[in-house]
Amino acid sequence: MFAGFALALPWLLDALGASFYISFAGRVLVYAIAATSLNLVLGYGGMVSFGHAAFVGLGAYVTGVMVSEGLVNGYLHLAATLSICALVAALIGAISLRTRGVYFIMITLAFAQMLFYLANSVKGYGGDEGLNIRARSMFGFGLDLKNPASFYYLALAVLTASLYALARFVPSRLGRAVLAIRDDEQRAEALGFATFRLRLLVFVAAGMLGGIAGLLAVNQQGYVSPNVLHWTQSGTLMVMVILGGVATLWGGLAGAAALLLLQEVLSGYTEHWEFWTGWVLLAMVLFARNGLGGVLQKVLASR
Amino acid sequence: MNATALLDVQGLHKRFGGVVATDGVDLQVRVGEVHALIGPNGAGKTTLVAQLAGQLAPDSGRIVFDARDITGASAHQRARLGLGRSFQITRLFASFGVLEHLALALQAASGPSIGAWRPVARETALFDRARAMLPRLGLQTHAESPIHTLSHGQRRALEVGMAIAAAPRLVLLDEPMAGLGADESPRMEALIGNLRQEAALLLIEHDVDAVFRLADRVSVLVGGRIIASGKPDEVRRDPQVVAAYLGQE
Repeated sequence: MFAGFALALPWLLDALGASFYISFAGRVLVYAIAATSLNLVLGYGGMVSFGHAAFVGLGAYVTGVMVSEGLVNGYLHLAATLSICALVAALIGAISLRTRGVYFIMITLAFAQMLFYLANSVKGYGGDEGLNIRARSMFGFGLDLKNPASFYYLALAVLTASLYALARFVPSRLGRAVLAIRDDEQRAEALGFATFRLRLLVFVAAGMLGGIAGLLAVNQQGYVSPNVLHWTQSGTLMVMVILGGVATLWGGLAGAAALLLLQEVLSGYTEHWEFWTGWVLLAMVLFARNGLGGVLQKVLASR
Repeated sequence: MNATALLDVQGLHKRFGGVVATDGVDLQVRVGEVHALIGPNGAGKTTLVAQLAGQLAPDSGRIVFDARDITGASAHQRARLGLGRSFQITRLFASFGVLEHLALALQAASGPSIGAWRPVARETALFDRARAMLPRLGLQTHAESPIHTLSHGQRRALEVGMAIAAAPRLVLLDEPMAGLGADESPRMEALIGNLRQEAALLLIEHDVDAVFRLADRVSVLVGGRIIASGKPDEVRRDPQVVAAYLGQE
C-alpha cells in the first residue's frame, strides 16, 4: 500500500493540481536518503557524528563541479562521488574514531566545518555565492532530472535500494557485530571483533550514501552552495533521525517527511515555525523514544 | 621456562605515575590446569588482567601465549588466538537475547564479520552450537529471553558462557563469583569445575574457599608482585601469604 502510494504520488498531485508539491516530495526523498545514511552511523553504529553534512555537501560539490566543467555523465558523477566520499570518510573516520563521546562529536564537527570553509574559499566554483549548474547528471534512458516527476522516481529508486540494503545489513554478520560494538565496545573486542575496522567500515559506507544524497540534491536544485556543508545542516539531519527514530529502518524517511512537512505547514502560519518544531521534537523525545519510525515499525509488525 | 606453559608471563611491569601497579610479575599457566590468582584489594589484579587481555600495554616484560609473543597484540587478536575472558562486572549486550549472545561470541571467532548481506540467522551451525551450550549454563529455558529478565546468577553464567563459547585454550575468569548469592555460588563453582576438561583457566577470585577447592595451583599477588605460587596446600601454609593476605580474613 505504502509502495503504491509512493509510486502514484506524482500522478496524484498532478491530478489535484498541486504539481508544485512533486518537487517538495523529491526534496523529502533526498533528505530521507541523507538521514538514513546518518541513521546508519549514528543509530546502528552508535557513532554520534555531528559532521554528516560534509558527505552530502561533498557529493553535491563533486557533481556540481564536474557538470560545470562539462562532464555530464551521471555514472561518472556517481563513481567520483562514491570514491571521493569513501576516501574522505576513511580519512575522517580513521582519525575521529580513535576518540569517544563528546570528542568524537567535536572532531567530526570540526572536519565538516573545514570543508565548509574550503568551499567558501574556492572562488573558481562560486565561493560563498555557490555554484549554479545549467545541465544535469545524464543517466540515459531518457531520464531528464529537470523534470520533477523524473527526479522523484530516481530519488525513490535510490531510497528504496538504500532501505533494502539497510534491512539486509541489520541482521547480517557486520550488522550484528556493529550493534554489539554499539552496546559495549570493550566486550565486543574481547570476543574477537576487530572493533575499529568494523566501525570504520560502517562510517565509510554511511559517508558514501550521504554523498549520493548530495549528488541528487544538486541535480534537483541546479545549485550548490557552502551552506549544504554548514554544521546546521548536520544538525537538521540529526533532528530528522531523532524525530524519525534512532536505529529504525524507516526513521530517516519518517523524520525527513515529518520535519519538512512541519516546516512547510507551520511556515504558512508563522515565521517562528522553528519554535513550534522544537516543541514537537521535545514531545517526541519524551513520549516516543523510538520516534515515528518506531511507531511505524510497531504498526507494521502488529499486522 | 616450563615447556608445557600455555601462558608465560615474564617480568611484567606497569606503573601509573608514581604508583607501581605491576612490579615484575612472572606467572605460568600450564595446559589443562586451573590456576587461581588471589590477592587483597589493591594488589593489582585488575591491572594485571587488563595487560593479559590486551586492554593495557605493559611498560616492560613479555607475555607469551601458546609459544607466541602476544605482548603487542590487541585484545581482539588475543581472543582470536584462543585467549578468552569474562569480565568482573557483567557486561552483556542490551539489544541481544540469550541465545544471540552465544551465537555472537561464536560469530566473532569464526572468520571476519564484514559480510553485510546474508543474515547471520541462516548460519545454522553457529546457532546449533550456541543452543547446545544452554543446558550447562542453566539457561535452556531462556534461549529467547531478553537479558534484562535474567537473574544476576544467570547473567554471570551467560557472561562465562560467552567467554568459553568459541572453545578458547585459556580463559581468564575475572571474579566469576562476585556478587552471587549462597544458592548461586555452588552452581557457578560446578560450571567452572566442568570447564577444566576443555580449557586452561586463570581464575581471578576473591572467594578464597572456592579457589582452594577448584584450583590446581594458586598464585598470590600482593603489592604488584607474586609472593607465592604452588599447590593450594603449600600456598595456604606459606608464612608470607598468611601474613600478607589470608591472616586478614
